[in-house]
Amino acid sequence: MIAQFEDVIIQTLCRLLIPFIQLFALYVIAHGHHSPGGGFQGGCILGASFILLCVAYDMEEAKRRMSEKLNVIFCCLGVIIFGGIGVVCLILGANYLDYGILHKLLPVNIPEARSLGILGIEIGVGFTVMAAMISIFLNLASSGEHEETLR
Amino acid sequence: MKFLAFIIVIITGALLIYATVDMPDWADPYSPASTHVSPRYIEKTVEETATPNIVTSVLADYRGYDTLGEATVIFTAAVCCILLLRRTRK
Repeated sequence: MIAQFEDVIIQTLCRLLIPFIQLFALYVIAHGHHSPGGGFQGGCILGASFILLCVAYDMEEAKRRMSEKLNVIFCCLGVIIFGGIGVVCLILGANYLDYGILHKLLPVNIPEARSLGILGIEIGVGFTVMAAMISIFLNLASSGEHEETLR
Repeated sequence: MKFLAFIIVIITGALLIYATVDMPDWADPYSPASTHVSPRYIEKTVEETATPNIVTSVLADYRGYDTLGEATVIFTAAVCCILLLRRTRK
């Protein structure tokens, strides 16, 4: 369990840094089409920003910002977004994860529909990776002891 | 028993090393992967997916199933961590 630790320098610096880390993570996810990056990398950076919050303040503070329940919901939501886009393609009459068919729903042509499908699953992967990083860290660092149930 | 295990390891290793002889040379431009799949991705990515980053288009579109599996593995890791470690303090 990471206990409350008061250090003005570390806390102020982290409070300044964390928004920029999260903004950069969103940039990495959204800009995966044009530069190195994507869901896995951006999700890791997002997760790291919350882990920095845990280390600089304490675990309870981090859980107040992002409750474990919400975290687990995000973890599932990512996989559901990914699988759901595949199922939408299936319903529209193409193969599973064949995003080209999404041009029937979106006002774009086929290649751009594929591009948007890629963006959609990157966002899903980002959610899952972020939530998995936070959840693994919280459970390992506290040796699994938590005040509240997940219900 | 240890000696037997050592023999088995030697034989398996020798078989695996023998199998690498058939593999194409390192960075061989005429290997099947370089003549068949890679040029297809390089030439058609922008045309088919409107994505300039070939890595992203291969990862998320051409090999979408693989990425779905990866995301599921990470999800499973998180769920297993919760199931195995997590308990509520009394």
